[in-house]
Amino acid sequence: MIGDAANFSSAGRTHWGWIIAVTLLLVFLPAGFDTHTPTLLGIWALLALSLGLMWGYAGILSFGHAAYFGLGAYTYAITAMNLGESTAAWMLAILLPAFVAALIGAMMFYGRISDVYMGVITLVFSLIMAKFMGATAGDAYSIGNARLGGFNGIPAFPILNVPGDPSMPIYGVDLYYVVLFCLVFCYLISRWVMSSAFGRILLGIRENESRIELLGYNAPAYKTAIFSLSAAMAGLAGCLFASWAEIVTPALFGLGQSVEVIIWVIAGGLGTLIGPVVGAVLLGTMKLLLGEQTMIDNSLVIGAILVLVVLLLPRGLIPTIMGWIRQQDQRSVNRARNNSMRRRAGERRTPKSPDQAHKSVKHHE
Amino acid sequence: MSEMIVETRDLSMRFGGVLAVNNVNFNLRERELRCLIGPNGAGKSTLFKCITGLHQINHSNGRVFIRGHDVTGWRPHEIVQLGVGIKTQVPSVMNGLTVWENLWLSARRIHGKKGASAEVDRVVTELGLQTNLRRSVGELAHGQRQIVEIGLVLCQRPKLVLLDEPAAGITGAEADRLVELIHDINQQAAVVVVDHDMNFVRMLGGTVTVLHQGAVLMEGATEAVMNDAKVREVYIGNRAK
Repeated sequence: MIGDAANFSSAGRTHWGWIIAVTLLLVFLPAGFDTHTPTLLGIWALLALSLGLMWGYAGILSFGHAAYFGLGAYTYAITAMNLGESTAAWMLAILLPAFVAALIGAMMFYGRISDVYMGVITLVFSLIMAKFMGATAGDAYSIGNARLGGFNGIPAFPILNVPGDPSMPIYGVDLYYVVLFCLVFCYLISRWVMSSAFGRILLGIRENESRIELLGYNAPAYKTAIFSLSAAMAGLAGCLFASWAEIVTPALFGLGQSVEVIIWVIAGGLGTLIGPVVGAVLLGTMKLLLGEQTMIDNSLVIGAILVLVVLLLPRGLIPTIMGWIRQQDQRSVNRARNNSMRRRAGERRTPKSPDQAHKSVKHHE
Repeated sequence: MSEMIVETRDLSMRFGGVLAVNNVNFNLRERELRCLIGPNGAGKSTLFKCITGLHQINHSNGRVFIRGHDVTGWRPHEIVQLGVGIKTQVPSVMNGLTVWENLWLSARRIHGKKGASAEVDRVVTELGLQTNLRRSVGELAHGQRQIVEIGLVLCQRPKLVLLDEPAAGITGAEADRLVELIHDINQQAAVVVVDHDMNFVRMLGGTVTVLHQGAVLMEGATEAVMNDAKVREVYIGNRAK
């Protein structure tokens, strides 16, 4: 047999050694560091992973991915406020964005809307949500006990608790571990999706959608499914963010948030799963550090980084590093092969013993 | 008598003021080999796209039947699921994936995850693609990509194969091999070849349908068509032997 299903190199490889090592490092991180900021970085990494999965592997770019992040956060806040605990709230925070994305995705993909218009629709949806939520001040805008609060958002809702037990809230180090678990879990889900037949068909769609259709696959259904899965992950990130920040505001839906995620994915490396995570952590850290000073505007620095990455590392950080490592490996393999050939050639030239050499000379005579 | 595998009834397609396909009634029987020829702008590719669902049509355009199903207005993937293999004019392959990955994606829908690899092996051996198996399709020459695309069709073991200009960009020896391959495919499936290369059509043999200004001008055996005065006038011209 020439090949098998595992030989689908375009889906990428799982570097289990790295994943286990980094996860262990992150598990022991609370022993030496405060977890407040790492928790936020983990949430952003999850958001970036959700976009990276959809954009990098299925070629679907959403300019308004923050809409599902915000929707997850608001859904969590409103449900938790009404029910007084978080078990149903976090589930709904995943399901509602997934459902909304499935509706919008089906409309776009079955409607054969071109990539440019798709970008516009996703962006406009995000802006409409931001605008609408910003205009919900006043008592009239309430869902059950939760007042939407307009521009000020919704504060003081119950944070995540141990499922079924509202008396045991999850915060601080515990929330950090929940975020870490969600991030690793979603990474593994994404990796599994990409190594499945479904993921391989998505790669085919990314490369040539009309050919995939001519092979008999229903491309719009596959695209809708990955769009919905990506929105579910973004919704989960939104839910975790709401619990971390303890307030949700219309800024979560904003253009700034959507653009930031795109930059994280580009900088980390499109077409990889780990790239967006690394991009979010690095640029997120930079953003937080820059926020501590007033000399330079944050957006200017992030914009400059995007320009530099596009110019110097067009494939993104992780693919560039991986490419460099592969190149070094290939060089050392070539060097070893050359050395061994040289050694063998040397052995052929050198007689094995003086006796053999004497015989050889006599033979020639 | 074998059954009809493709049937178009009064099929028309208009682009603005241009009537690209004009009331075409095209019939193809099981395991028949048919060449669809005509000068540039005759409506060959448009007819091909109407049959394959690449041009969205409705009942006001006429009707298309494939294997007894009225597929008018169906999407390409639904038509392919009836056992139709399609090769387009410009090689439509997944350039960023390897040859093996392209073929696996094609084989997987019909043969499942387990049977796909064995089917890919069969097609790779048949087409002699072993040396390029791990290369990205985008790195291959035009002729090789044509062969990969034919491989995509073969992996699905279709009952009807529609090939739009399969000989474009293919050299002499490759053309001989391609003719042999099409005859092999024709052992199991009906084949429609759209082409304007008369030598290639002559090599293929079978029945020829000539299109002119969107309508069927003539239909018959290759030599009879090529010797017809009207066909020579509109298509072959005085250069024909």
